[in-house]
Amino acid sequence: MAGSLRFPVDPHRRTQLRALALVAPLVIYIGVTFIAPLGTMLTRSVYDPVVADVLPETLELLEHWDGRTLPSEAVFAAAAAEIKRAAAARSLGQVAGRVNRVQGGLRSAVTRTARELRDIEVGPWRESMTAIDSVWADPATWYAIQVTGERFTARHYANALDLQRLPDGSLAPQPVERRIYLKLFWRTLLVSTVITLLCLILGYPIAHLIARSPAGRANWLLILVLVPFWTSLLVRTTSWIVLLQTQGVLNDLLVAIGLVSDDGRVAMVYNMTGTIVAMTHVLLPFMVLPLYSVMRGIPPTYMDAAASLGATPVQAFLRVYWPQSLPGVGAGALLVFILAIGFYITPALVGGSDGQLISNMIAYHMQTSLNWGLAAALGGVLLVGVIVLYVVYERLVGVERMGLG
Amino acid sequence: MGTARLGPGRIVYWVFCALVFVFLVAPIIVIVPLSFNAEPYFTFSEAMLRLDPEAWSFRWYREIIQNEVWRNSLVNSIVIGISATLLATVLGTTAALGLASPNMPARRAIMGVIISPMVTPVIIAAAGMFFFYSGLGLGQTYLSIILAHATLGVPFVVVTVTATLAAYDPTLNNAAASLGAGPWTTFRRIQFPLIAPGVMSGSLFAFAISFDEVIVVLFMAGTEQRTIPRQMWSGIREQISPAILAVATFLIVFAVLLLFTVNWLRRRGEA
Repeated sequence: MAGSLRFPVDPHRRTQLRALALVAPLVIYIGVTFIAPLGTMLTRSVYDPVVADVLPETLELLEHWDGRTLPSEAVFAAAAAEIKRAAAARSLGQVAGRVNRVQGGLRSAVTRTARELRDIEVGPWRESMTAIDSVWADPATWYAIQVTGERFTARHYANALDLQRLPDGSLAPQPVERRIYLKLFWRTLLVSTVITLLCLILGYPIAHLIARSPAGRANWLLILVLVPFWTSLLVRTTSWIVLLQTQGVLNDLLVAIGLVSDDGRVAMVYNMTGTIVAMTHVLLPFMVLPLYSVMRGIPPTYMDAAASLGATPVQAFLRVYWPQSLPGVGAGALLVFILAIGFYITPALVGGSDGQLISNMIAYHMQTSLNWGLAAALGGVLLVGVIVLYVVYERLVGVERMGLG
Repeated sequence: MGTARLGPGRIVYWVFCALVFVFLVAPIIVIVPLSFNAEPYFTFSEAMLRLDPEAWSFRWYREIIQNEVWRNSLVNSIVIGISATLLATVLGTTAALGLASPNMPARRAIMGVIISPMVTPVIIAAAGMFFFYSGLGLGQTYLSIILAHATLGVPFVVVTVTATLAAYDPTLNNAAASLGAGPWTTFRRIQFPLIAPGVMSGSLFAFAISFDEVIVVLFMAGTEQRTIPRQMWSGIREQISPAILAVATFLIVFAVLLLFTVNWLRRRGEA
């Protein structure tokens, strides 16, 4: 090393420290702006203090409740006092939303109760509250308060995996009509597999063609692969809407050549077909580039040698070329699959109702239902899947080989 | 296979490859003529196909140029994109230099962490960042979006610069040192000029990432920070108008320019 001439004292350690000092700012930056946010999200998936903070006394008294009969007057009194206080402090809405997710219908009941309790100054609270709304006579309501009152909870993960916790503490599958998420996870895996295979089928031949072309032509063909890679994702998605919609270019063409009738136009977008076609288009370059970089290293003389030894082109391909191209197949397939399972934009814009993937459900709970705990838990499950695949990719391919042309 | 025999197998192969290239490029090209449609439709009218000049117009281009919302979003995209790119380029290039050192400890693990924003579904990252930055009181600010975009772009800088550094001959550093140059002078006068094309490509990647990013913006931006992709997103979801196709055409031209620049830089780096 250069420094060793002038600094004979442990030059190895010195360059090591310098390397670390150069890397440190970025590692800290990623730690703060990426790992910490992921940590915040994962915390949200298991930690929720809202109900516990708003109804502390009610929850403490409920600890002695048997879970089957109506709670005691003391519990009702504490609940009434805390509901009044929360309504005044405008923090009741968050509580109502949370208990409502465990037991439907509680949101309106809680709000109405708070409104009517304003005019009641003295007990008996049990009679007043059950008179305001009969839900207070139902043990399920108190169970819902108890469940949402846990600061640390696994209920979002249970929910994300279509499980529910019964009052006796055991886990059971959700009723059939509420099982949504496992099906969606499976659909996401299935669609990602289909897209990966399509990318492989479409990408393998052209990667082979580019790898075998002379340098000048290869460069131009690579540019054709890279044009979609650099073009805005929203533009590419818009293109597919323009092409595939029922009044779109492709349907017009099919009608013009008489393949379909004007009222028999094919629905190719705003459904699963749209998601698969557009995502395959978006992800194809991620398959072609790693394939190409591996295929470029396969000497063409190997195929000639196989042919001269009497192999048919098919035999030569299967026994000589394909095995050597496998690292590229693995790298491309893993990359496409990893990117596909987290896709959001394209399914959101062209997927219609049946072409939605798990990311779209996360966005729904983030933005529309505002069930952030569940969104975080769904994200947590997806994140675990991606990390597993990423570690496999790192072992098999190495992350710095993530080819980008 | 090495020789060019023209059997039926080879014809199938060529036709198939040609079709795949059409699949890759045609959907993007088809947008361009449609953006000159005089009618508010998303398909070619008969008059357009007859090349009737009445059917073609700059109507949608006028619309987006005159529209203040689009102009603001362009400014936002550029401001956010350039700031995020500068941050990502400085951090990423510095880190790549450290990672290229043969004595870098825990290289694989660190690389794994640095690259992770590239493979993590953006929806997860965006959800986490939303919680994180709003917790810090930075929700709906330019700062949080710039920081987030730099995070998403920095792996591309690291990968590109690392690849360039792999082709850099480290004995040049020794040569400079033996001629009396300190490490900083060596970097400034010798190493940086040689890896500059890679750094430039990396920063263009980072800019392209920010310029096209919509999920973080959807979650974290207020109306004030709307960018071009965010505006397109509403355009596609809500009031679908061919004005979007004019914006798309502009973005396609921009992408092709970026692509040729990066391609040119790469060949210069190899030369």
